[in-house]
Amino acid sequence: MAEAAKLQVSDEIAISIQKMNKWYGTFHVLRDIDLTVHRGERIVICGPSGSGKSTLIRCINALEEHQKGSIEVDGTLLSSDLKNIDKIRSEVGMCFQHFNLFPHLTILENCTLAPIWVRKTPKKEAEEIAMHFLEKVKIPDQADKYPGQLSGGQQQRVAIARSLCMRPRIMLFDEPTSALDPEMIKEVLDTMIELAEEGMTMLCVTHEMGFARQVANRVIFMDQGQIVEQNEPEAFFNNPQSPRTQLFLSQILGH
Amino acid sequence: MSDTHEHSVAFVRTTEIPQQTAPSSAAGPVKWMRDNLFATWPNALLTVAAFYVIYLVLSATLPWILGGLWTTSSLSECREVLQGRSAACFSVLTERWNQLLFGFKYPAELYWRPTLAFLLMFIALAPVLFFDLPRKLLIITGLFPFAAYWLIWGGTVWIPVFALVGFVAGYFVYARFVAQNFAAGFFGGIVAAAVVWYIGGFAVAALAPATPFLEAVPSRDLGGFMLNMMLGLTCVSLSIPLGIALALGRQSSMPLIKWICVIFIEFIRGVPLITLLFVASVMLSYFFPPDQTVDLFVRVVIMITLFSAAYIAEVIRGGLAALPKGQYEAADSLGLDYAQSMRLIILPQALKISIPGIVNIAVGLFKDTTLVSVISMFDMVGMIRGPILASTDWNGVYWELFGFAALLFFVVCYGISQYSQWLERRLATDHR
Ligand SMILES: Nc1ncnc2c1ncn2[C@@H]1O[C@H](COP(=O)(O)OP(=O)(O)OP(=O)(O)O)[C@@H](O)[C@H]1O
Ligand SMILES: [Mg+2]
Repeated sequence: MAEAAKLQVSDEIAISIQKMNKWYGTFHVLRDIDLTVHRGERIVICGPSGSGKSTLIRCINALEEHQKGSIEVDGTLLSSDLKNIDKIRSEVGMCFQHFNLFPHLTILENCTLAPIWVRKTPKKEAEEIAMHFLEKVKIPDQADKYPGQLSGGQQQRVAIARSLCMRPRIMLFDEPTSALDPEMIKEVLDTMIELAEEGMTMLCVTHEMGFARQVANRVIFMDQGQIVEQNEPEAFFNNPQSPRTQLFLSQILGH
Repeated sequence: MSDTHEHSVAFVRTTEIPQQTAPSSAAGPVKWMRDNLFATWPNALLTVAAFYVIYLVLSATLPWILGGLWTTSSLSECREVLQGRSAACFSVLTERWNQLLFGFKYPAELYWRPTLAFLLMFIALAPVLFFDLPRKLLIITGLFPFAAYWLIWGGTVWIPVFALVGFVAGYFVYARFVAQNFAAGFFGGIVAAAVVWYIGGFAVAALAPATPFLEAVPSRDLGGFMLNMMLGLTCVSLSIPLGIALALGRQSSMPLIKWICVIFIEFIRGVPLITLLFVASVMLSYFFPPDQTVDLFVRVVIMITLFSAAYIAEVIRGGLAALPKGQYEAADSLGLDYAQSMRLIILPQALKISIPGIVNIAVGLFKDTTLVSVISMFDMVGMIRGPILASTDWNGVYWELFGFAALLFFVVCYGISQYSQWLERRLATDHR
């Protein structure tokens, strides 16, 4: 599996993070993060609560700013220049733990909003694109409902479709399934697996180890703001090197 | 489960139970009264007491209202006709009707002009209040202020025309440049409008005919309920955008803007409106060059607008704070810029939360327009306290006049609050 997946990865670099550091006040959340993501790679990030996983992927689309080091996305250097930030954000899709759909807009409007206003796509075309992706996540029949009328799993799939409508080259997921009931987790994971099979570059914070084994080419373990260990999934799960990783894995796989 | 056997828990329904009407003891007026009025002994006592109070109030007021006189020409004539009987003397309303509505100086032959403006107001407000109506109607809304100005004040038509042209020019410059840079569009628009108005100032002087099509009426001749409506409508519609700007400014990450907004809001909220009105009527003229006085109406509008904008800003700030942070993040992560995410995502939701608060302030503002009577403007209350009660004919008719004023204000305010409840239901899409 891992071999087959690796074949799809190109040499082109999608994200390059070098010696990146971030502080919240005096609290050093991210320490010397070095990470290179190639186009087509699927990376799963795991680690104990508070280890800085969310913060790391939120730095990539500048929802949080870093104070030291560099982040380059698709060749664009993330600086305080608003033009660069907007460019990167329109190319990087993000899904949140709590979906963050816009409750005052219908599902279809949620999906067409950014293409229309950011990409200046004509409304009709944007709606066609939106319906295409809503079909892909298997909820085209809900297009005229409001987010509040959908189940959690459906909302998360809409959130994925909403991001895809911007035709992102990279997708970030921050614990997309951890606010969901078990039977809904599968439908969201299926959508994500499908996306992975199409070769989308993905960075995914999740504790779904089955998903990690199935689609990731690399698993990254973080603790206390540092990358402690990274490896291919088989090696990572079967033969973890660091004692902290061993402890973490024994805790989440143990029960 | 009546037909299950005692020992078995298995049950399969074989017959459908048809729908039946409830027994009369469980429905109907008798049941309702027993439930709601006479449920317990203390409850029944309270009901009886309440009915007695209602009876007392009605038995005192109803004959007074129903027996009221409508056609006499003075209070003394009322007293003669009534011969000691207690009844209302509504004749003051019929006799001074026009004064109550338009003030005592507005030329009687021109009453049709404010009346027409009043009717146009409904057409102009409709597309704003009921957004299911076609959006093209908003053009009428945009033209209304200029048309209404011309109708009410009269004078040369070129003043409202150039004012309108200035706005249109400003808008086009804004639309032309905003795509490149918001600040360029914003300030470019302001400059363009200012240039048009500056040129317009000379043009109006040159173009104004000696006898304009609509006879000019100076501001000080406005009065009555018309003045309350004008102040209320103008100030509400100006203070909502200003309030939004202040609320956003208060959240701004730019410290200078933030502190200006905070200081402004806190200052205004700490000062009574009546003080601001006195400032408007007396002191504000010190700030303008002596040969150039700004109309008292404009000065009062500025003060009331600033006052209610500060309160509206606080209400909207509450709405903004109630939105989860995720909404901002989702908007950001999709690549929307600040203006877009505010306009499309944040404000629609924040304003929806703020509707009750904003309506509260709008209603309060409308009633506060009667305060202008203390700076000798003859609004409805000013008319009653001044010219009408001071006249020898009607000196002493308090209940009828103030009751009528209360009724008019009540009708408008109740209408506003009903509208806001409808709006809240209409906008309820989150199904929580
Ligand atoms: N806005 C903030 N201000 C101060 N500290 C913060 C802020 N956001 C997060 N932190 C701290 O930074 C650390 C990393 O947070 P982060 O949300 O990245 O953790 P996480 O690995 O995603 O955890 P979880 O699995 O619980 O989501 C935590 O200790 C947290 O308390
Ligand atoms: Mg997290």
